[in-house]
Amino acid sequence: MIKLGVPSKGRLMEKTFQWFEKRGVMLMRTGSDREYAGAVDGIDGVALVLLSAGEVPRELAAGRIHLGVTGTDLIHEKLPLWEQQVEPMAEMGFGHADLVLAVPQGWVDVDLTDDLDAVAAAFRATHGFRLRIATKYHRLVRDFLRDAGVADYAIVDSQGATEGTVANETAEAIADITSSGETLRANHLKILEDGLILASQATLWRARGADLTDTDRAVLSALMAKLSLS
Amino acid sequence: MTNARQRAYALRDRFVAAGAQAVEPPILQPADLLLDLYGEDIRARAYVTSDALRGEQMLRPDFTVPVVQMHMEHGAEPARYTYAGEVFRRQEDDPERANEYLQVGYEVFDRVDPAAADADVFALIADTTSGLNLRAATGDIGILMAAVDGLQTSDRRKTALRRHIWRPRRFRALLDRFSGRTPQPDTRAALLDGRVETDVPLTGLRSQAEIDARIAALHADAAEPPISGAQIDSLDALLQVRETLPFALAQLHDLSVDLPAIRTAVKRLDARANALKDRGIDVDTLEFEANYGRTSMEYYDGFVFGFYAEGRPDLPPVASGGRYDALTRRLGQGQEIPAVGAVIRPGLLVELEGGQ
Repeated sequence: MIKLGVPSKGRLMEKTFQWFEKRGVMLMRTGSDREYAGAVDGIDGVALVLLSAGEVPRELAAGRIHLGVTGTDLIHEKLPLWEQQVEPMAEMGFGHADLVLAVPQGWVDVDLTDDLDAVAAAFRATHGFRLRIATKYHRLVRDFLRDAGVADYAIVDSQGATEGTVANETAEAIADITSSGETLRANHLKILEDGLILASQATLWRARGADLTDTDRAVLSALMAKLSLS
Repeated sequence: MTNARQRAYALRDRFVAAGAQAVEPPILQPADLLLDLYGEDIRARAYVTSDALRGEQMLRPDFTVPVVQMHMEHGAEPARYTYAGEVFRRQEDDPERANEYLQVGYEVFDRVDPAAADADVFALIADTTSGLNLRAATGDIGILMAAVDGLQTSDRRKTALRRHIWRPRRFRALLDRFSGRTPQPDTRAALLDGRVETDVPLTGLRSQAEIDARIAALHADAAEPPISGAQIDSLDALLQVRETLPFALAQLHDLSVDLPAIRTAVKRLDARANALKDRGIDVDTLEFEANYGRTSMEYYDGFVFGFYAEGRPDLPPVASGGRYDALTRRLGQGQEIPAVGAVIRPGLLVELEGGQ
């Protein structure tokens, strides 16, 4: 049985269902609204696994699902050496979200990561601690800032309402996912010109390490043919 | 006991015989100090854990910091220390690299003769690893720092360059900017022309006064003449020095005509070369690379060296070390003492000996 992991709720689930439906594979939830059970029509040998988008990377890496739908951002953040663990099969054209670095709009002297680095040095000298960047994407942000040569900052964990941390003075800058930038603007933040850390969208991934029987292999290639991905 | 551990304790005993006092810093280290020293990068390299009482702790990523701290608190002078134990390094990119391994170290705190102390440490490590056909690489961060300090430009620019000596790409970008080789970004020009305004309320802890101060600094910097092409060329020539030690020294002496600021640092290298020779090191074949050590931990500020297994580029250095005077200043609360040290990985020694 080929296991296909799909986000269990919201727009991401609906759009995923539509994407598959357009290609002749019907995914549906079964049972009550609250029950996370699903079924697949249009191809035999494929089982639907409904789970949180954040858990899809881990399940793919462990080989407990063969295919999974989740954002590029989550794969890159959660899986070190992700290329060795999963293969992107298709960018699905929705769930667009950019991971960006943003600072207060009032910082008229800061437009580039260059500026942020200089400000971080001065901030540390003035305040006695490092300039704080609130995010839940610790690894991606750290790698990005290392490549950009930014020093004297500290990452503070923020699992939600990240845009509010600056006004609350628990961080000086943030790195978060945005699609339209509206929440950022509403919180008087601006994106650095070279502050795009990752452009993410919903993507269908294949687990490289999942065990496949000969039957599974046949089902997988039939599915790929149906999705026009082979 | 594993071979590596037996080897580690044997090395430590040998260092004790060489006059060092054995110490055992705790495995759990307070995270704030290490974070303060190394910045966010340490989080990518060290395991962090916590409890409600002591807050964030790190599984020791190295011994140097706790040993320096211990010495600065109640060490007698001069002092030599040795230790053997595990260090822990998070690995995010390469599953082949060990996240826990043994380290044996030797650290010397001595203000009398730095060249002799450098040579003692290097010679001891060379002696302990002899027979393994290791290639030694050496460098000197102090020469580069002196060259930066000697540039004819504002203190602000020198501070910015010094801060990024350990980030070569950023260092280069700053040099290009300060020498006018890359134009200033449009956004900067607009800001300096006073074309940037905002009616958005300022949020966060960074105050308007801080913003104004930076803008004033940017204006001052814009009025500053570029660092001359001749100075950049000399600095580039310095960074490209990569020779056996006698030839490197000859080149550095030539370069110090144009970069007089490096004279003292080059003299120190001279003295070190002589001290190494006195201890039986074949300096005529010893490699010296001006750029060496710039991508490692940023506490080394003088002599730096590493020992590598020939034909095994997959392995990290078997031993490495250097001088870290500035670290003792940072941790000494007003005191400082010249210090130099090195670590060996006994696990790699055993592996290489087994492969012979």
